[in-house]
Amino acid sequence: MLSAEQSCWFVRKVIFWRAVASIAWAVLLLPPITAVFVIISRFSLLHPIQAVSECLSFLTSASAIFSFILLCGVIIMVGFLNLEYYTVIPTIACSKIALLGQLLHPRQFVNSLGHCIMGIIVAWCCAITVGGRYETIADPCAQGDGSPQMCLNEYHLILLLAGAFVGFSHSLLGVIYNMNYVSFHTVQQYKYLRFKGSLSLVLKCSATQALYSVRNYIVVYFFLGYIPKAWICKTLNLHLNSSVHPLDSIAGLLDLSLLYHLWISASFLLFTWHLTLLLFRVFVTEVYSFPVQSSFTEDAHQCLPTVLTDKQPMILKFLALLDLALLSQHSPSRRSEVFSLSQPGGHPHNWNAISKECLSLLADLTQRLIAYHDTVATNGRAKSLSTGSERKTSSESSVTSGTEDLMSPRPTLLMKTPASVFARSIVGCPQSPLTAPFTPDLDSPFASPALRRLTAPMDQCSPWFGTVQSPHIMRRVPKLWSTSTDSQVNGSPLASPASVPSPKQEPSKPSLLAQFLQNRKEQVKNVLAKRVLIMYLFNKLPEASSQALFADSQAHIWALEGLSYLVQSSFSEDQFGVVQTALPSILSCMLGLQEAVDRHFKLPHASSKPVRSASSMGDSTHKTLRFALRATLKTSIYRITTTFGNHLNAVKMSAEHRKRLQQFLEYKE
Amino acid sequence: MCSLALFPPPLPSGQTTLCESNNELLRCAVLLEQMSCSYIYQLMSFYINSPLSCAVVVPKWLSVSSGCTLALLRWFSSFHGSLFPHLTVTIHLIIRCFDMLAEFSQVLNWSDCVVRAFAWHPHTDKFAVALLDDSIKIYNPKSATTPTLKHRLQRSVAAVQWKPLCATALAVACQNCLLVWHVDPCSLSTRPSSGCAQVLSHPGHSPITSIAWSPSGSLLVSASPMDTAMMVWDVASESGVPLQRVGGGGVTFLSWSPDGSHVLASTPSALFRVWETRMWTCERWPCVKGRCQSGCWSPDGSRLLFTVQGETVIYALTFTDTPGSQAAAVVADLSETTFNTPDGDIIVGGEIQSLAWDPTGERLAVLLKGDPQAADRPAIIAVFKTRTNPIFELLPCGFVQGEPGTEPRLMQFHPNFQHGALLTVCWSSGRITHMPFYFLSAGVPHFGLSGSPSLPRPQERPADFAKQSLFTELMS
Repeated sequence: MLSAEQSCWFVRKVIFWRAVASIAWAVLLLPPITAVFVIISRFSLLHPIQAVSECLSFLTSASAIFSFILLCGVIIMVGFLNLEYYTVIPTIACSKIALLGQLLHPRQFVNSLGHCIMGIIVAWCCAITVGGRYETIADPCAQGDGSPQMCLNEYHLILLLAGAFVGFSHSLLGVIYNMNYVSFHTVQQYKYLRFKGSLSLVLKCSATQALYSVRNYIVVYFFLGYIPKAWICKTLNLHLNSSVHPLDSIAGLLDLSLLYHLWISASFLLFTWHLTLLLFRVFVTEVYSFPVQSSFTEDAHQCLPTVLTDKQPMILKFLALLDLALLSQHSPSRRSEVFSLSQPGGHPHNWNAISKECLSLLADLTQRLIAYHDTVATNGRAKSLSTGSERKTSSESSVTSGTEDLMSPRPTLLMKTPASVFARSIVGCPQSPLTAPFTPDLDSPFASPALRRLTAPMDQCSPWFGTVQSPHIMRRVPKLWSTSTDSQVNGSPLASPASVPSPKQEPSKPSLLAQFLQNRKEQVKNVLAKRVLIMYLFNKLPEASSQALFADSQAHIWALEGLSYLVQSSFSEDQFGVVQTALPSILSCMLGLQEAVDRHFKLPHASSKPVRSASSMGDSTHKTLRFALRATLKTSIYRITTTFGNHLNAVKMSAEHRKRLQQFLEYKE
Repeated sequence: MCSLALFPPPLPSGQTTLCESNNELLRCAVLLEQMSCSYIYQLMSFYINSPLSCAVVVPKWLSVSSGCTLALLRWFSSFHGSLFPHLTVTIHLIIRCFDMLAEFSQVLNWSDCVVRAFAWHPHTDKFAVALLDDSIKIYNPKSATTPTLKHRLQRSVAAVQWKPLCATALAVACQNCLLVWHVDPCSLSTRPSSGCAQVLSHPGHSPITSIAWSPSGSLLVSASPMDTAMMVWDVASESGVPLQRVGGGGVTFLSWSPDGSHVLASTPSALFRVWETRMWTCERWPCVKGRCQSGCWSPDGSRLLFTVQGETVIYALTFTDTPGSQAAAVVADLSETTFNTPDGDIIVGGEIQSLAWDPTGERLAVLLKGDPQAADRPAIIAVFKTRTNPIFELLPCGFVQGEPGTEPRLMQFHPNFQHGALLTVCWSSGRITHMPFYFLSAGVPHFGLSGSPSLPRPQERPADFAKQSLFTELMS
């Protein structure tokens, strides 16, 4: 609990105030934007002077001030929603069904509802601003018999509903395009310059998104417009004016002035919201300089080495890593603090904590990649037995040996050929039918399904077969690393019709019953696979799993940069040689990661470039993080090899890593 | 202040500069192919054996035909402007782009030069050469293959540069976009597919005349005279950040300081900027006369030498941690000087095309434009020795001259030459020569030696003298 309390200080003292500052700026920018909106919406070419004077008189009226206060309230609300929903690690849906799940999440529902209501409020303010026929919801009108009564003003209604629609679609698009994802720029700039640089993009985005939203809205209103109209008439006891054209008809909607006002209002709405979002991003991602060491113990939890190890909140970890990357690159005085020894005792605590945290981050990614590669290599495509087991043994050995030496060969594991595993389970089958599936090899999350498939028929001699089969599927769940678990449970048997072992391949004949069940299962799968909708929903999106795998790689990139710059500068600045002790583990960690990344990029879809969408507020940086990581990794290793050169031959490492390192020393990677 | 009058006179016609040794420039009186001078042979054979020296000869017809095409286009536009006004815009744009590239390129007479751009790899002995036909060849002494890079979008290459701390990536500034090739050094393919190239483009950012990688290899900046914004690219994720400042009207030339802290960005008007790369803010430096034509950084990034169009001097700017107003100081005067040679008077000096400072900071090469019309005013490379202690000053070293009838077009120093500095010059004939300068660097500790370092002596093989030609010639 202590760590949660400590991490609170950052959110409380820094992030919160940054968000408040961004909201304050957004509110301050609101008057000029509103003024521009008023002028654009009321301007007429024929009477320019009259229009300007009308605008000026409107801006000083009471209704304008009231609507302005409402707009301020909306901006503050949007700002707090941004603070509540922002994330530094994007959530990437691996299949359509996962995306659907995200959209229907209660939290998201609250968000959408809030945006809908705020959209209506902004649209009401727009209606007041534009004035004229949009101003009120009820008009006095003369009915056929001449008696005056209140009629519904459809222009007002269509504007309000447009606000609700645009607000709703904004929140939905926010989920699809990861608009709540806050990315960090590679180029550090002052807040004002960053804001100024992105302003034109925001304007363009808002205008185009408003155009598309209005188009969709008009289609929806054309078909479903009578429902809200009837409902409003009923609740407010209004009448429909029969003398005016209804707006949910082609003639009614082809009113250019109406379309223009709808578009202008939607653009205004989206622009103010996007501006708030932009300001929030600019303020939150600003560099925060953590002290490397503090002379007071009560501030120790705010120091870089401690902050780096914190798991929550992620923004704190990210900003700490960014600060590490920058200090290692730019500031010699802070680097010397990292290399310094503790005063009583003479231990390099700062360096140890920093390097340990960075290395554990990198080792974590390496393991994740190996596990993923293992499942993909054997799951989706029917791999031959030998390759599957080879991968298994190599990955197992690397995972178990961890960071110290990922590539040290483990003779016992290497000698365990698939045949021997297989033979043992044959022997074990008649005696204890339940032990076979729980042998350590199969239990390990990295065991390849190919092996399991082979051992599975052996278990079928037991009456437990049916129940044993389902734990098999269940146990595959943790192994498939992915953000969407629901697609895994259902999706993995679906997605791999090819992986079903055909009886011919199996060395021993399974029983008739087993074969019957196997065939049934296959049939069910085939039937399900043919249903287009299910296939559509459950099929994995290409490269989405790869993106999900590298979703938080910005942290790894900074860890790599920080480590490599520190090692580089240690060549001349490290007086006590504190870095030298960690050099072998840093090198082997990087080389191990390099191997895993290389292998990952050989998978299909991993190296395909995503389509760039320039005109969207959603940040697509996360789609290319894996490329950035690969490039940074190579550069980092080169940075160390060019600095140390042939001195690296004296560093202890395994033969395989030395071979790889030699490639780097000869500039052949 | 150093001036050209202090220089030793240029070589008489027919003699070429070979190298610097024992503090003087050695020359050769005959054509390199027929040279038999034993000492020089020993000197040079080091470079013959190491395949560093190589020459690219591009067929003459290529340069002639491209010149003709350009002239035809110009004539066409002048003629058709009145008849088909709608055509003029496009043609005008093409010519405008072309002229702009020629105007702002660091290469002398870029438009008819067979070697459009040249780049040494920052860590290994390989280089890339962009040729007139828009192909790029990569020469590597350790491999028998010379990959040729061709791409649909690779037109009017103005600059190439290898990514530091990387073995594969080569950035190419093209007319409409920026290409980053990934050429695997172990690959045996001679024609890497266009799938190996990343295309970076930004609306309005063309033609690109200059590029610069950050020395840490993480960022790439690109400049276009038509775009007021300078783009900073994160190449791996293909995202660019435009850095825009008012004034100047475009960016023509970029140079990143070797320590990575500053970037020089010159504009087409009499103004250049120096960006600091931590927060990307800039200092404005207005010039009096013309635009900043070229510039180069000292190895520690603390001193910037630059030249201004229309002036014949080299300015120096010092960057220290303490902020404060300062003015650029004139460190060398390269105004026209007449030398008496046996062949008659030769006038050397005038405007400066480009500057190059060797990585040890001991030699400065200056490419002087000369006058192509007048025979007695050749384009020539003047080499200075530089000294930083006790005060910064330039000392004369000598002129570098090629074979008769050829003029230097482009030059670059080898980034990590062990025995001093190695200047690579691309000549108008399409020949590329490497000129070593042997000296002991003041910054690098050396043991028990005085004068020049011992020359690498190859095994004595007098019998082979007649057979071996000094340059291996490769026809492209």
